[in-house]
Amino acid sequence: MKLLEIKELLDCACITGEEYMDEYDVEYAFGCDLMSDVLAFSNHKTLLLTGLVNPQVIRTAEMMDIAAIVFVRGKRPDDKTIELAEKYNKILLCTRNILYTSCGILYKHGLKGVTINE
Amino acid sequence: MSDYPGFLKYDYEVERYDFTRAGEASSAIKARLKKLGLDTDLVRRIAVASYESEINIIIHSFGGSLTLYISTDKIIIVAKDSGPGIDDIELAMQEGYTTASDKAREYGFGAGMGLPNIKRYCDRLEIDSSKGHATTIVMTFIITDMDGEQNENG
Repeated sequence: MKLLEIKELLDCACITGEEYMDEYDVEYAFGCDLMSDVLAFSNHKTLLLTGLVNPQVIRTAEMMDIAAIVFVRGKRPDDKTIELAEKYNKILLCTRNILYTSCGILYKHGLKGVTINE
Repeated sequence: MSDYPGFLKYDYEVERYDFTRAGEASSAIKARLKKLGLDTDLVRRIAVASYESEINIIIHSFGGSLTLYISTDKIIIVAKDSGPGIDDIELAMQEGYTTASDKAREYGFGAGMGLPNIKRYCDRLEIDSSKGHATTIVMTFIITDMDGEQNENG
């Protein structure tokens, strides 16, 4: 799914990385506030949706090569976190939808969750 | 544990409870490995294991370091701290078991996935720790022919 489509579906504001949005699409989504779970179960083609807004979210995305993050519940990271995202060319979006609703909208439009192979 | 002869070696300090800089060492390690032209999946595996061990040092230890060793056929990361040691390694390896603080949880960690994640992503894991002592974790990653260009320095 194209990031531009995701932005539209979730009525997102783009915090940073708008210039890269054309380049990326994602195959899966992962909605989570536990960064270790993101590190365990996602991959680089994943869109991360989270209510956590600290720098560790950006670090986690950087380690996993995740290109885009959607912050839910209208939350917005502080300037330091945004600076870190800019350093690593990450795309940050924010939506007023809660995590459950955000995931539901994307799922309904065909974006599946990450498959866990244990 | 001793050094690895013939390997390039890079040290990164990691401070206790320094959540604002958490991940800097692993980001630097990842950037260095990317420059070597290694396969992106391998670099990602190393970065995640390194990051989890860095977070573990910040959350659980009195402080320590990450050391990156590079050769032509393997990458080794040694995560070392100055204590207080792991009470029960078998228990710590179980997904979901944690002794982390609320502060760690605020940052999205402390879910009991650290050591299991490290094990998941490295080819070989050695843990040397006991209660009241320093902990040393050695993570080994094998560079195979499938991993693209080899280390330009080796």
